[in-house]
Amino acid sequence: MSTAAPPTTPGALGAGRLSPIQGLLRRRGLAKLLLLAVAAAVLVPLVRSAWPGASWPGALTVDVSGPLDHASNWIIDNRDSHWLFVYVLGHLSNAVVLSVRGVYLLLLALGWTGVTAGVTLLAWRVAGLRIAAIALVSFLVSGALGMWVPTMQTLALMIVAVLASVVVGALLGLAAGLSPRLFKILRPVLDTMQVLPAFAYLLPVVMIFGIGVPAALLATVIYAAPPMARLTALGLRGADAGVLEAVSSLGATGRQRLLTARLPLARKELLLGVNQTIMMALSMAVIASMIGAAGLGDRVYQALASVDVGAALAAAVPIVLLAIVMDRTTAAAGEKLGATPAAAGPRLLRGWPAWAGIAVITAVAALAGRLAGGAIWPAGATLAIARPVNEAKEWMVNHLYSGVPVVGGTADWAAHFTNWVLNPLRDGLTALPWYGVLLIVAALAWLIGTWRTALTAVLAMAAIGVLGVWKPSMDTLSQVLAALALTLVVGLGVGILAAGSKRFEAVLRPVLDVMQTMPQFVYLIPVVALFAVGRAPAAAAAVVYALPAVIRITTQGLRQVDPGAMESARSLGATRWQTLLQVQLPLARPALLLAVNQGVVLVLAVVIIGGLVGGGALGYDVVTGLATGNLAIGLVAGVAIVCLGLMLDRVTQPTERRTTGKGA
Amino acid sequence: MSRTPIRPRTLAKALAATAATGALLVSLSACGKADMTKQASPFAAAKGSKSVTLSVQTWVGAQANVAVAKYLLEHELGYHVDTVQVDEIPAWDALSQGRVDAILEDWGHPDQEKRYVQDKKTITAGGGNGVTGHIGWWVPKYWADAHPDVLNWKNLNKYADQLRTSESGDKGQLMDGSPSYVTNDKALVKNLGLNYQVVFAGSEAAQITQIQQFAKQKKPFLTYWYEPQWLFNQVPMVEVKLPAYTDACAAKGAKDPASVDCAYPTTPLQKYFNTDFAESGSSAARFLKNFRWDKKDQNEVSEMIASNGLPADEAAKKWVDEHPDVWKSWLPNAPKK
Repeated sequence: MSTAAPPTTPGALGAGRLSPIQGLLRRRGLAKLLLLAVAAAVLVPLVRSAWPGASWPGALTVDVSGPLDHASNWIIDNRDSHWLFVYVLGHLSNAVVLSVRGVYLLLLALGWTGVTAGVTLLAWRVAGLRIAAIALVSFLVSGALGMWVPTMQTLALMIVAVLASVVVGALLGLAAGLSPRLFKILRPVLDTMQVLPAFAYLLPVVMIFGIGVPAALLATVIYAAPPMARLTALGLRGADAGVLEAVSSLGATGRQRLLTARLPLARKELLLGVNQTIMMALSMAVIASMIGAAGLGDRVYQALASVDVGAALAAAVPIVLLAIVMDRTTAAAGEKLGATPAAAGPRLLRGWPAWAGIAVITAVAALAGRLAGGAIWPAGATLAIARPVNEAKEWMVNHLYSGVPVVGGTADWAAHFTNWVLNPLRDGLTALPWYGVLLIVAALAWLIGTWRTALTAVLAMAAIGVLGVWKPSMDTLSQVLAALALTLVVGLGVGILAAGSKRFEAVLRPVLDVMQTMPQFVYLIPVVALFAVGRAPAAAAAVVYALPAVIRITTQGLRQVDPGAMESARSLGATRWQTLLQVQLPLARPALLLAVNQGVVLVLAVVIIGGLVGGGALGYDVVTGLATGNLAIGLVAGVAIVCLGLMLDRVTQPTERRTTGKGA
Repeated sequence: MSRTPIRPRTLAKALAATAATGALLVSLSACGKADMTKQASPFAAAKGSKSVTLSVQTWVGAQANVAVAKYLLEHELGYHVDTVQVDEIPAWDALSQGRVDAILEDWGHPDQEKRYVQDKKTITAGGGNGVTGHIGWWVPKYWADAHPDVLNWKNLNKYADQLRTSESGDKGQLMDGSPSYVTNDKALVKNLGLNYQVVFAGSEAAQITQIQQFAKQKKPFLTYWYEPQWLFNQVPMVEVKLPAYTDACAAKGAKDPASVDCAYPTTPLQKYFNTDFAESGSSAARFLKNFRWDKKDQNEVSEMIASNGLPADEAAKKWVDEHPDVWKSWLPNAPKK
């Protein structure tokens, strides 16, 4: 078949355009590899004579457990007397409690009628009728599932957390957007925050604030502020120079210029930032329940303790619904920004009368609810879904676990996956001498990026060795790589299918939404029930979590390929496969690389969930640290995960500077 | 151009307003000292001041204690009860800070006891809850019936082959659970010369799911487990005899955990209270001090929650309705308002 491919014009064109660059790349790559090989030839014998053995040499490790234990003891002993706690952190903590309580009491006072009416009207005002309907149904479902009070607790926490994240993020972004120097300093910080798994900083936050809402809120802000900061900076820096020039020529001061030109021009990015922040904050709602955040996350977590998937799902559904409502509302608001007033809806729905109307109707609804029965959702009007869900899960597990004809059961797959993929990979990585690993990392990162990327990646790996967690890190790395490979195979496949069929994509979309927002804790029990305790369920959880993003980016990337190129390929008689392989996929390469990169980050985020289902290694250590209040174990493992993330990020992320610099 | 600037300006104003509110709240929360040790949950008791916060641990026995205590506090004494789910050691921390008022089931944490009860005196011992806990190694009854000699650790190596899984490699699998539970299993396997690999399920939920799965298929397994536990009613298990527990062995283990080579002790489970709460003399404090039942009672409630899928509140109500003789004596003699 390969000879049948005709030398089509677009193919030849493409080859003609790419070949010199590819040649250059290849030659450059070769030069880099040669240089590395020379360095290795000199260094490796030296290193080997000094420290024989494959594992990271003990002489090169630093034991940080002493200082960390000391630090945690100091915090516990001084928490109720030192000025830092009494005058600074104590007030911060109080302010958080007060504001969350304020919002919570307001929500309770509005009652289920008031809140539902208010949210629906608000959604109508900013996002239109369809989304208002979604909001209405979502809140009614949350009530019907018997989750009204926890939903309000989560909502109160989210409102305060999102406000705080938006303020913090916007201020950071403002600073970075206005000052190139600050931008330079902040960029790596934000980069790191993005690959940082949330669990890694739960522990230090808990040490300082104790369990409860203030700690949970703080952890949420740390997690959710970076996208806001990043997008604000992006929006401000991307402002059209011509407009700015015009504004300053009119004699506007710096402040005026910011308020009348730069911010308005950046408002799309600002709103996208708010949207991202909301999603991140919500995804943190469940994780934060591990440190006592109460609300829906706590219900999910408590249901897990009694191995009750049905009850966990009943609490998880409102989380998913809240996420969908908030996402659609802010996204629609963003799209509407550029629209003309006529498109923004009927006159009645605009300006201050609309806001006043919303307030009045909400108040009336709240009052009516009070008079009719009470502020709390009526206890009789709830649906008990726990039992049917559990029965469904039982049925599934009973029929899929083992002995399915021909394909074998899920437990058999898990065993094969562990024996044939995970074990060899882990044994291989652990047997590999540490300098070998460093060399491979250096080579990969340098080939795809600059010497600086390579240096970052190598230093990150070295830090893992120095911290003395080389072996568990290799174990974790093997799991991440295996899960990533699986995610990419499935994700790219499904993505290609979705790009080819609008109908399939439409069916897929809600499934992906649910997969993306469903708290990971909910599928913890099912994965164990299906795949048996160990690293296989951990990999399964990671794949489920990372798939939606990979599928979405792939689909979008393939769709954006110039239709002209594909059309001409088709008109020249190329089959569907040929078009896909020779035109569409190569042209979508940047998007595919982004999918790989996102896959890495997301798979890594589930390593700790893996620790809860028998994944062992670093994830287990972080969970241990959190469960036993042991900074030395938990923090070191958390830092090692961050280092792995940095390394993988650098190895999979081609630097923009390089490609744009060459004009490719 | 004339209309657009308004929105961002409102945005900027909103940002400023929020920041200002935040600052105001910080200063409002009292000028001067802010005691971090005296902060309740923002969701605690929306009305009235009679409120208690209990910590719930992840195992169902602890949930049963809390469910019954909560039900009685609410229905007999008129309290509002909040529960917080936390792991064991963070729960001690929360107790000392007053985030929670009581732990109703503690399995022994000597380090924490020394720090908080003896040195800082922020936590007060509350006596036993009446249940005795025991940790050990267990195998399913259906397997032990067929191979009775597996019940002695000396014969375990003979069965390692049957207990192999893809996680344990060429050794037998000894399954451990949550990292927060007290375990010497790695040391035991090494010191007793057993051909076993300790595989951590990572959480009790995962461990229970795996045990249920094994039992459904009538497969052999060896697991770290404890009683009282509701799962025994669903999956009958028999304990494997380890070298007897001695004080000398315990003393050795306290010095160097890697040297332990004997069975786990039997622990009368303890209650602990925040000192301020215990000394407040409130009816809730007196009630919780009196709270004391036995393994049978606890398992009854646990099983209703975990196995029959009853909400904790309903399970507690059912037990309370059926056993007034047990809990009547817990009530403070003269409940004061």
